[in-house]
Amino acid sequence: MSPLTQKSVADSFSDFVESEEKDFTLRDGSRIAVVGGGPAGSFFTYFLLKMAQAIDLDIEVDIFEPRSFKYCGPAGCNHCGGIVSESLVQTLAAEGIVLPRSVVQRGVESYVVHMDVGDVAIESPVHERRIAALYRGNGPREGCDVELESFDNYLQEMVKGLGANIVPQLITGVENHDDRPFLKYGDGKGERYDLVAMAAGVNSNLINMLGELPGDYEPPKTTRGYICEFRSTKEEIMRILGRAVHVFLLDIPRFEFAAIIPKGQFVTVVMVGEDLDQELVHTFLNDPVVRRTFPTGATPCVCSCSPLINLGARKRPYGDRVVMIGDSGITRLYKDGIGAAFRTGKAAATSAIFHGVSAKDFEKHYWPTCRNIVNDNRVGKVMFATNAIMKNSRITRKAMLRMAQKEQQKDQARPHMSTLLWNMFTGSAPYVEMFRGTLHPGFIYNLMLSLGAALVPGKKAVQPRKKVA
Amino acid sequence: MVGGALGKVYSDREIIIKQGETGDSMYVVQGGRVEVLQDSVKAGEQHLAFLDAGDFFGEMSVFEKEVRSATVRAAGEARVLKIDKKALLTRIREDPLLAVNLLKTMSHRIRKLNEEISRHKKTQL
Ligand SMILES: Cc1cc2nc3c(=O)[nH]c(=O)nc-3n(C[C@H](O)[C@H](O)[C@H](O)COP(=O)(O)OP(=O)(O)OC[C@H]3O[C@@H](n4cnc5c(N)ncnc54)[C@H](O)[C@@H]3O)c2cc1C
Repeated sequence: MSPLTQKSVADSFSDFVESEEKDFTLRDGSRIAVVGGGPAGSFFTYFLLKMAQAIDLDIEVDIFEPRSFKYCGPAGCNHCGGIVSESLVQTLAAEGIVLPRSVVQRGVESYVVHMDVGDVAIESPVHERRIAALYRGNGPREGCDVELESFDNYLQEMVKGLGANIVPQLITGVENHDDRPFLKYGDGKGERYDLVAMAAGVNSNLINMLGELPGDYEPPKTTRGYICEFRSTKEEIMRILGRAVHVFLLDIPRFEFAAIIPKGQFVTVVMVGEDLDQELVHTFLNDPVVRRTFPTGATPCVCSCSPLINLGARKRPYGDRVVMIGDSGITRLYKDGIGAAFRTGKAAATSAIFHGVSAKDFEKHYWPTCRNIVNDNRVGKVMFATNAIMKNSRITRKAMLRMAQKEQQKDQARPHMSTLLWNMFTGSAPYVEMFRGTLHPGFIYNLMLSLGAALVPGKKAVQPRKKVA
Repeated sequence: MVGGALGKVYSDREIIIKQGETGDSMYVVQGGRVEVLQDSVKAGEQHLAFLDAGDFFGEMSVFEKEVRSATVRAAGEARVLKIDKKALLTRIREDPLLAVNLLKTMSHRIRKLNEEISRHKKTQL
């Protein structure tokens, strides 16, 4: 028990006075608005309605989403690589949410790391399909004939089934009217709500316009990514890429990371780099390592985009009756953005249902989840900086390759480098856990050995045990 | 073709977990159907239940260190996803409400078991 101090008594008293003055709990008939029907908005709504049902609370939820995720092409898509991480797949399963075959375009079994010094296939730790490759909209425009269901539509149908109203409206502003958030519609009209969950992502103008609300809503830092779809035949994609996501560690100036993700008769190319422009994309796509991994005859689709990536945390992703979730608030650095949308969405819903919707409630019950992500991202930054140094030197690239190849060849009990690369690329573990792995004496010892071997001129790389694709 | 796209495919009658063996994971059916069986000296092999997509099994080993209390095998082709104990417990520590879904199913199973016992007692009277 914490000691009773004058401050704690004063705090409790002021809490009491405040809660006496204003009621910040959701009650029967409370109205909640969710701005944005992407994963954050849908997961928030899912848990809000499930928890409300569990305690017999009768609330109304309106999700404002101008996009229809039933369209193919950019109009129906929340631009993203479409990888659902191992940890999210497992969490969804434990929550009773099963991703159907119509949504999952490929169940991923392995990651293949490509470098100029060679390739290594890293198998899923339990040799099963634990990662989902999917589309956020109904696929590329060229694939309107292909039968598939988008992830975002699947989630939206799920929350509709729980009673949420989907309102196809663009929100143009959020104001404060008589201590309640007021949502403005494009036609000048609007409505007051008891709680607004901002789930508009990071690509919306809206998130830069929240300054009018009381509180500190400084938007998060961003950078641009690049996504492009290519079409080939299912057979050719299966032959070249198999059930693996292909990632690239290349020494190209400004290049940070890229992945090629097979999805039925399409492949998605995702790229992240500094000041990403057409020149960098062109250099990457024409790199010999990339060319030999590309399905022959694959043609680029009109579907290509440069969406923003949330790079930093919003300082205070909540206020009285307003909470920011997913990319609008706080997300994981570079990886598992959908997983972060799940975590922040659920934490915000839990706080709203069981504790209240004041800034204080969110600070006490929502912020800890965000803080965990923020602190983990700090470690992530160190990990990515180290990775950038390692990928830029041929010696360290050779050492990484050698160590991972040896582990994959021997089915080692503790495959240190493979686990690190697997977690780094799949986003399946917190960065802190990955960092801890690099401090393991076994990791350091084997890395030193591999570095030594890489320094010996003419020493051949380990032959891969089998071809994955 | 069996439903679902994730996890591993088990062929008809293939055993997924075996009664009496130790385990450190639970499983969620993604597609198809699995059968839960229990073997006892008195009654031999008995059918306990069929589980379908979304249902889970093997959850007891996540919470206690006992051996598996039943055998689960595929009833036709089935797709099943394995959930690691360590990963699950780590997530439950961060988000205790994650356990609610498991508790719900477990309480439902206890209720069914109680009904079964009282039915059994009645037939013995
Ligand atoms: C290049 C790239 C690749 C990525 N790859 C992956 C990946 O493979 N796996 C992964 O997990 N994450 C990935 N991410 C991150 C992931 O896309 C995001 O973290 C995730 O989409 C966040 O979900 P969200 O619901 O917060 O936002 P979004 O998915 O952006 O959804 C926001 C929704 O709000 C709606 N909206 C916007 N403005 C308004 C408004 N004014 N009124 C009403 N509605 C509005 C939009 O239409 C949209 O539907 C990637 C991101 C980028 C940029």
